[in-house]
Amino acid sequence: MREIEAAAITETVARLAVESTHFLPEDVEGAIRDARETERSPLGVQIIAEILENAEIARERMLPLCQDTGTAVVHLELGQDVHVSGGYLIDAINAGIEQGYGEGYLRKSIVEHPFGARTNTETNAPGVIHTEIVPGEELHIGFMPKGGGCENMSRYQNFLPGAGREAVIDFVCETVDLSGGNPCPPLIIGVGVGGTAEKAMTIAKHSLFRKVGERNPDQDVAALEGELLEAVNALGVGPQAVGGSTTALDVFVETYPTHIAALPVAVNIQCHSARTKHAVL
Amino acid sequence: MAESKAITLPLTDEVIDDLRIGNHVEFSGVIHAARDAAHKRIVAMADAGEELPLDLRGQVIYYVGPTPARPGQVVGAAGPTTAMRLDLYTPRMLELGVKAMIGKGGRGQVVREAIQASHAVYCIAVGGTGALLNRHITSAEVVAFEDLGTEAIRRLEVDRFPAIVANDAFGGDLLEAGRRQYRTSSRPVPIEGGGA
Repeated sequence: MREIEAAAITETVARLAVESTHFLPEDVEGAIRDARETERSPLGVQIIAEILENAEIARERMLPLCQDTGTAVVHLELGQDVHVSGGYLIDAINAGIEQGYGEGYLRKSIVEHPFGARTNTETNAPGVIHTEIVPGEELHIGFMPKGGGCENMSRYQNFLPGAGREAVIDFVCETVDLSGGNPCPPLIIGVGVGGTAEKAMTIAKHSLFRKVGERNPDQDVAALEGELLEAVNALGVGPQAVGGSTTALDVFVETYPTHIAALPVAVNIQCHSARTKHAVL
Repeated sequence: MAESKAITLPLTDEVIDDLRIGNHVEFSGVIHAARDAAHKRIVAMADAGEELPLDLRGQVIYYVGPTPARPGQVVGAAGPTTAMRLDLYTPRMLELGVKAMIGKGGRGQVVREAIQASHAVYCIAVGGTGALLNRHITSAEVVAFEDLGTEAIRRLEVDRFPAIVANDAFGGDLLEAGRRQYRTSSRPVPIEGGGA
């Protein structure tokens, strides 16, 4: 049994909120830099150049990469031999969100009642917190400030089991086509196949914590990822949907065993400002 | 880098006449920031016959809700938000005199027609470049609906604020034309409103 202080969790989440919103992960910036070389549309190339310049300005001037500093999505992997002391785990996370969004001059985008008054909570809490209990005595915290524009383009559908692989490809392409410029392409596309409705969307979201270029260890799934990336980039949507060959930087697919009657498919889209940050306690 | 048209605000009909999809423009002068909640309130006030907090005639509306300014800055990150969400209010805003809008993403058919009918223009700024666009905003002041926080109406002074014409006054649509030009997929483009 290992003790982790709630206060240490709060401090860590606050730090992750500030760092993730100001510093674009290296793998993402690298992929955008590569796209600048391969993009066919001159206007697309110029947009990509502005995205790279933005990352530099954000870093140097401590300005958030994007004004939408997101819903705070927090993915916890909590070792079963950890004991959190000095407070309740979820309260500690939300306190960290409040602290980070305050100290970091980040936008508070969360409203209390989704329909009706929509009063801002003024803290950006509560976050959307997923907790997995895992072996061991560490606490892994993944922080993702998820923008509204791309999150709004999420889609879920259950297909007839016989529809198979093609149904997945059609659904992903249709989702990207319909979303156009709203989710800020070039995108990173998370796809969850299997499980139940909420499982499919959860694994789609979780896949977005991967590094660009990191393939699913299952060869068939990795092959589908490659095929999806090609299919999506053939759509011509392009950077900011002005037309071009770079609609997505990567596609991540996660699968989970499912019911004999089901083929759940969930798509969770990430904008080019693909901000994630991890810490281990 | 393509050449940009420098536009000093307020916009005139002659300037709008000269704009075509794909043009790079740089706005200098005064624009106003407003997003969902502010649009909803303006349209409700106009429909109730109340006096509006600002004269919309000839205005450029920027769809943005910035991050708070750090001490010593005029504004925080300030990139565009999704324009499609404002489609609901846009025909009415155009009737009230708005001449240009800056956002990200495409517009629905009704709005595209309203833009043409009103001899107005819709431009995109690059979404997710809030730090870069911050440098083109020289002053920011809340002028209405302060209770809306980040969604309040702000008067922004901008200097060479970069944007791209996406819908011109002649029915041109950059996003549609661009996708057609670069599409190598045999899939048909799905019909708007058919899903997301």
